[in-house]
Amino acid sequence: MTQEQHSGQRREETTAQDQDVVAAAGQDAGVDDLLDEIDGVLEQNAEEFVRGFVQKGGQ
Amino acid sequence: MSVHRVMGLETEYGVLAPTMPGANATMLSAQVINSYAALVRAGHGAIAGTHWDYTDETPLNDARGFTVERAAADPSQLTDVEPELDAEAVALSGGDAVLGDTLYSREGTEPEVLMNMVLGNGARLYVDHAHPEYSSPETTNPFDAVLWDQAGDHVALAAMRRIATLAGVPDVHLYKNNTDNKSVSYGAHENYLMPRSVPFEKIAAGLIPFFVTRQIICASGRVGRGMLGSHPGFQVSARADFFEAQIGLETTIRRPIINTRDEPHAHWEKYRRLHVIIGDANLGQVSTLLRTGTTALVLSMIEAGTAPALELRDPVAALQAISHDPTLRATVELVDGRRLTALEIQEIYAEAAADHCGATDATDEATVEIQRRWEETLAQLGTDVFSAAATVDWVAKYKLMSSYAQRHQVDFTDTRIAAMDLQWADIRPEKGLYHRLAERGMMETLYSGAQIAHAAANPPEDTRAYFRGRVLNQYPEHVVAASWDSVSFAVPGARRLERISTLEPLRGTKALVGELLDRDLEIGEFIASLRS
Repeated sequence: MTQEQHSGQRREETTAQDQDVVAAAGQDAGVDDLLDEIDGVLEQNAEEFVRGFVQKGGQ
Repeated sequence: MSVHRVMGLETEYGVLAPTMPGANATMLSAQVINSYAALVRAGHGAIAGTHWDYTDETPLNDARGFTVERAAADPSQLTDVEPELDAEAVALSGGDAVLGDTLYSREGTEPEVLMNMVLGNGARLYVDHAHPEYSSPETTNPFDAVLWDQAGDHVALAAMRRIATLAGVPDVHLYKNNTDNKSVSYGAHENYLMPRSVPFEKIAAGLIPFFVTRQIICASGRVGRGMLGSHPGFQVSARADFFEAQIGLETTIRRPIINTRDEPHAHWEKYRRLHVIIGDANLGQVSTLLRTGTTALVLSMIEAGTAPALELRDPVAALQAISHDPTLRATVELVDGRRLTALEIQEIYAEAAADHCGATDATDEATVEIQRRWEETLAQLGTDVFSAAATVDWVAKYKLMSSYAQRHQVDFTDTRIAAMDLQWADIRPEKGLYHRLAERGMMETLYSGAQIAHAAANPPEDTRAYFRGRVLNQYPEHVVAASWDSVSFAVPGARRLERISTLEPLRGTKALVGELLDRDLEIGEFIASLRS
């Protein structure tokens, strides 16, 4: 696959994903309740958590 | 033709000490093993973990019929020697003298750091490179494989909880995932026993298109693309971007879709152990079931010569193209020029399996259920991807993140989405996002917490794991070493160790040795009875 094709494909996927974001959220009535809980459970400092999550090689 | 065959799963957990950034990963992993050993000791009195017997480990044998020279192998391939926690590793752990002290002088009685344990459920718990690894006991079907894989999470959680109770020791958090999104990946491997008579080329040819596409029914999802996760976007598989070859012996570098390690841990002339390195670790029980169940069906077809004859033009590129399109519309090219989606390829495999099961009258409950779930999952994914959110891990994760992104008006480059990706796999029920969904009944489960806890302490009854687990529970002070294919006993008065070979995975079962074990003989009598 050439670089050109690759980046073209990526653009297409991003568009498709944006559509799905919209579709997903409209579906569940109970989703708000769940997201409230997730907000409370998520690590306080997301940036520090993500930066600090460093692993060594495995199989 | 059925889903029944000897199989087992391996999980390498991501390991983190949040209050001690840069802590030595091997040290943290050893702490997990030793912590579980302490729990076992507390329950059973004597056992401090049983040494692993490396005699029959042959990680450099290649299924294509040759052996890699030791000197030419990558150091990470030398898995047949005890890993050492040397002075350098201790020194590198930087500023964690407390941690070191605790490991080396715990309760003043255990001078040795355990790197390996064999558990009473027949599993192996050990330090693999820089991760704690749980290798499940041998089971005979996908349902049991799921249960004893879940038991590993129970074991890991128990170890982690105990560490949290130790004063002066930093908490250790464990994650059932496959990458830190900073170039490093670690595995979730599957093992399937096959007759050696099946040619390896046939196995590889039948499996490659299946392995490239099965991610859509059972992968765990990942935020970011490329090994470094530097390109934005959600992808289907956590592991796809770390694969670079079609077939090979390595598992840590130039990772191949088909791994050729030929280390059967059983009668060599009779069996091969297919070592699968291309799966994602699953929190979800149904995703684990689909992963192992459909693979078992495909192996049956390969053995019978009825696997679909598909050949991808570029399997590694196809693996990544499919992973990078969570809408499942990407097509990949076959050598005959056709372009098919992953769904279409999976449907071809599922239909061939249905035909083959029909032709061979495979009507046992487990086989029928795997087929039904496979077909239903493909139908759901083909109609509305999100309708599979209760059973397919990547879909559940993607749906949760998409909802979150919409609520907060952010996209998939937001740090909170990246944090959710990691926290999805936190094995703590109160923190892990998978577990939060499951607790709300939004993920279908197959086993209760009580069943999983039972499997963490008791072996499957229909493989040699039964013998291994039961003797560890019953004669802990006499079992001095164990491996997949042997158990060694110290018998008072005997001049040497009694090494009992367990090269036949389907012996040592409850049906064969249960009654003998129930008699609870004195160890010498027990060994004599086994030998008679």
